[in-house]
Amino acid sequence: MISTIILTAAVLLLTILLALPLGRYMHRVYAGERFWATRLMGPVERGIYRITHISVNQEMDWKHYAVALLVFNLIGGVFLYALLLAQGVLPLNPLHYGGVPSASAFNTAVSFTTNTNWQDYSGGSTMSYLSQMLGLTVQNFLSAATGITIVLPLVRALARHKTKDLGNFWVDMTRTVLYVLLPLSALFALILMEQGVVQTLTGIVRADLIAPFVSGGKTVLHQMIHVGPVASQEAIMMLGNNGGGFFDMNDAHPFENPTGFTNFLEMVAMILIPSALVFMFGHMVKAKRTAWAIMIATLVLFVPLTVVSEHFELLGNPLLTHLGATQANMASLAGGGNMEGVEDRIGAGASALCGSLATATSTGAANSTYDSFMPLSGGINLFFMQMGETVFGGVGTGLATVLAFMIFAVFLGGLMVGRTPEFLGKKIESFEIKMASLAILVMPLLVLIGTAAAVSTAAGRAGALNPGAHGFSEILYAITSPANNNGSAFDGLSSDTTFYNLITGMAILFGRYWPYLPLLALAGTLAGKKKIPAGAGTLTTHTPIFIGLLVGVILLVGALNFFPALALGPIADQLAPISTLMH
Amino acid sequence: MESTHHKLAASPINWKDQGRGALWDSFSMLSPRRQLRNPVMFVVYVGSWLLLALFFHDLIVHNSEALFTGVIDLWLWLTLIFANFSEALAERQGEAQANSLRRNRQEVTAKKLSKPVREAGYQEVPGASLRSGDFVLIEAGDLVPTDGEAVVGIAAVDESAITGESAPVIRESGGDRSAVTGGTRVISDWLIIRVTQESGHTFLDKMIAMVEGAARRKTPNEIALSILLVVLTLVFLVVTVTLYPFSWYSVHYAGHSGSVISLTVLVALLVCLIPTTIGALLPAIGIAGIVRLLQSNVVATSGRAIEAAGDVDILLLDKTGTITYGNRSAVAFYPVLAVTRETLAQAARRASLADETPEGKSIVTLAEKHDPQSREILPPDAKLIAFTAETRMSGVDWDGQQLRKGSPDAMKLWVQSLGGTWPSELDAEVQKIASGGATPLVVCSGAKVLGAIELRDIVKADIKSRFAALREMGIRTVMVTGDNPLTAAAIAAEAGVDDYLAEAKPETKLARIREYQNEGYMVAMTGDGTNDSPALAQADVGLCMASGTQAAREASNMVDMDSNPTKLLEIVQIGKQLLMTRGALTTFSVANDVAKYFAIIPAAFVSTYPQLGALNIMDLSSPTHAILAAVIFNALIIPFLIPLALKGIKFRADSAQHILRRNVWIYGLGGIIAPFICIKLIDMLLVVL
Repeated sequence: MISTIILTAAVLLLTILLALPLGRYMHRVYAGERFWATRLMGPVERGIYRITHISVNQEMDWKHYAVALLVFNLIGGVFLYALLLAQGVLPLNPLHYGGVPSASAFNTAVSFTTNTNWQDYSGGSTMSYLSQMLGLTVQNFLSAATGITIVLPLVRALARHKTKDLGNFWVDMTRTVLYVLLPLSALFALILMEQGVVQTLTGIVRADLIAPFVSGGKTVLHQMIHVGPVASQEAIMMLGNNGGGFFDMNDAHPFENPTGFTNFLEMVAMILIPSALVFMFGHMVKAKRTAWAIMIATLVLFVPLTVVSEHFELLGNPLLTHLGATQANMASLAGGGNMEGVEDRIGAGASALCGSLATATSTGAANSTYDSFMPLSGGINLFFMQMGETVFGGVGTGLATVLAFMIFAVFLGGLMVGRTPEFLGKKIESFEIKMASLAILVMPLLVLIGTAAAVSTAAGRAGALNPGAHGFSEILYAITSPANNNGSAFDGLSSDTTFYNLITGMAILFGRYWPYLPLLALAGTLAGKKKIPAGAGTLTTHTPIFIGLLVGVILLVGALNFFPALALGPIADQLAPISTLMH
Repeated sequence: MESTHHKLAASPINWKDQGRGALWDSFSMLSPRRQLRNPVMFVVYVGSWLLLALFFHDLIVHNSEALFTGVIDLWLWLTLIFANFSEALAERQGEAQANSLRRNRQEVTAKKLSKPVREAGYQEVPGASLRSGDFVLIEAGDLVPTDGEAVVGIAAVDESAITGESAPVIRESGGDRSAVTGGTRVISDWLIIRVTQESGHTFLDKMIAMVEGAARRKTPNEIALSILLVVLTLVFLVVTVTLYPFSWYSVHYAGHSGSVISLTVLVALLVCLIPTTIGALLPAIGIAGIVRLLQSNVVATSGRAIEAAGDVDILLLDKTGTITYGNRSAVAFYPVLAVTRETLAQAARRASLADETPEGKSIVTLAEKHDPQSREILPPDAKLIAFTAETRMSGVDWDGQQLRKGSPDAMKLWVQSLGGTWPSELDAEVQKIASGGATPLVVCSGAKVLGAIELRDIVKADIKSRFAALREMGIRTVMVTGDNPLTAAAIAAEAGVDDYLAEAKPETKLARIREYQNEGYMVAMTGDGTNDSPALAQADVGLCMASGTQAAREASNMVDMDSNPTKLLEIVQIGKQLLMTRGALTTFSVANDVAKYFAIIPAAFVSTYPQLGALNIMDLSSPTHAILAAVIFNALIIPFLIPLALKGIKFRADSAQHILRRNVWIYGLGGIIAPFICIKLIDMLLVVL
């Protein structure tokens, strides 16, 4: 347990240490400052603007920004859909895969454009390299960049005074990809390659087995090993919180995540940009202490829940304990604990940590099988998602959601100090409350109604492979994950059915785009307000008590919405007496 | 000075009578139309009818659940009654307050004349009954009943109650000094006025309508909060509705035991989860804010204004009347050469003994401080010379000595008319006093000039600490005065204001307010005169004195019936308290849900999953008791919090940070813990019963 806690602390500490300069760097990039990075990449950036006829200084109001964003996503989605359908006749297809079936292509296009990366296909055995690289990897970049472009107008709105201008979507998009995502993932991909993650355009490597064996009367001498351009996709899928693995096994696959070190770095990568965005926010609105308050609130929510998850995983399965099997903390047992669905080289504790990070952010990557987690640990993964991308959260969307929650907290806190609530000098009135409510509450409604629909219909119930409360958890997870654009799967649920394709597809689209418009409208109205100077009578948003209030609001909204469902799923599952499970 | 304000006693809250009346109201308010006004309580209303129907259905089919459903339903109806009661009680109090205000206004009697002739003979009528065009006689000592225009006569009028200027002003018929203002007092001579404005009826009517709810519009913060409450209600509606399929699935496909959650439990859970506490008390809190304002004799034209008062960052305060006493006090004697200080003090005292004005009294006090032994009383043969508008001096003929005091100009004329000489050194003295921000008075004995008295503004004793408290709350104070910058700076420093606006003219006031507003601040100010109107209209909170002109009243959003400019500080407090009460009770209401979940969820699902009994951390005796206890708590908390909603939560001038800390602990953490204890206690009682 101690080593797992040290690992957790190390991941968080390294992330914050890297996020601090990265946040400042991003602030300078988006402010259009001239410094080494812009001098280096400036010609490329300006070249892009020249070709596309984009005027850097022409800013947009929230409606134009929203339209640009939606149109861009629509084009991206349609392009990806067409590419997947046509991959059979396109180059870079060494394994000669045919076109992706249209339903699956649609699901994948929606899923990757929205940064969800819910995969109903098996990556390594469906997608051509062209599809992986030009389709999926490109969308990994663009969907992550879209997430960031959601939060930029909101942050600018808080920083600015009486304006309609929220920035230029095309410039924000270009800068995000050019200055942030590309360099970071190139660097990260190189490190991953050094550690043994494969990166090649070869299709299959034939390996002679050291110990041939007989299977079904045939002696097996060779193994055909799938390889491909993995490192490049792995880097952006973690950094961009996409989570869609090259291989179906995702991060559990040794070619995606070969060592303890890559596992460590990949965990850092998941929360690096979400954390850096918080510090960037601090620079942009000149409220560094409020940025730290967000960071601390995030940690206050993240650390205890994660430690509980790790604890139950390391405790091992009580059923096995009951049967006398040892799950002790021993090197030969890879650190012990609940090893079902866990990779030896990673261990139960680090798997639990990775699970927490992947669900707290919208990554949804997995280096173990979440379905095999102890019920409460799996429940914590669920709860991280159900808090609505507030604990780190997705790239950009996470901070945007936290800001919406802060508007709630500021509203309650502001009233309690006897003033019309203000957030960083911007008055919070009924319109802001409306938009923040819409942005926050779409997800719980989607999850609750979606789950109710799933458990009420034969098609929905058919998916669950496990009986009892665990089956309920599986269904709940299958709706929660796409509605939060997480994309991780609990497994144990056959989700490749018409029913689940339909319901998850809808959850993805609504979960992604419904909160967008209210968030952008919120940015629009906040930008138009004057910035009221702070005084002793103003509610400060960086005190411990405010952090407590923010954490309380996030927990209450999350817990109050989902407590009954969690009670019928993971909690009942965890508390089930062993005697009932033995039969 | 303060004592001359006729402070209207706020009518005491008569809990018994008002409570009884409100109780009847709370039943009559159960109409669907009335309930629809409050979306949160409307959900409870629908739930109550639903369970009532279910109860009768269960009775007919002899379902064993009938009793449980009936009892839950009873408590739901009680929840509604309690909610109605809080609103009705607040309304009753508001009405009572408004009525008493009305009565008080009527008690100012006026001498109504049939025609503008003094000899016509008057009849005494209530001031409120005066109508435009009526003629009223006002003699020395009378209060001017309402605004009007002098048509006959000339009089000295003490307008310090509105203007703060202690020196009486001359009002006479014709010309531009003919306007008289309600609430001022005629101190010499007499006037006949023609009424131009009927007594404060328009404002009171607005206020009463506001209290009675007919014209009450929700304030911006109230709307925002209502939206939040509606959103929470909607979400909890979905949470409870989807719980039915969840429970159904768990019973039939997962747990394979127990029974599906019943409609009764679902409605009970829904009512417990939606923010009924704040939903029920929200209207009462708003009305109570208006009532508290009324109790301090301030009439607001809208609820919005009260809320805005809580947001104020900068208070523009008139120096006179607010920061300093409205009347000046004698602080020093300056005898001319060859006159001792004692002689001057004695003469000044004698000349002022019969002078009932605060200034006159202050001269007597000062003289006695100089010479405590000489406390001679007015000899019976002394001839009093009262202040008149023509002579502009007063005094006494004492043992043949003609003792007079008055303004330097008036005294110079008097001395010269008696053939005396005006010492040139006195001019220098007078000049010095005036340049220091004070007012000089000259004292003479016959034609002989004795010296000068310095009358100075006295900063109110407690004002400095009040400003410090305001600063603590983040509110800056700016003193507005017509004085020169030097004097203004001296008084500003003494009073501890943050800034001052010297040589203030209406335009400079207006410009300053705009400047502050452009910087993003909210500004409050007091005013009375017509020339204040633009500034009053520009300010976010404009408080007009009751005695102010019609134009000033129209421009402002509150009127102080006491004409006490210091009232602004109280109004700010009432505004803040209103918001704080709303915020605190919302937090409390939402935080309560945690305990209710722990009571209801295990009770609802324990038949399916016995292991969920572990969530019954309150160890409640049975599932039905647990649910009932939660519903009873949810209902009883409303009447329990009515006094808090009506009085407002405790207010202390403090920084936002400290206030937030205190309220989060009390209403946030308290809101989580209290229901655990109360539900457990109710459960224990249920076991005993």
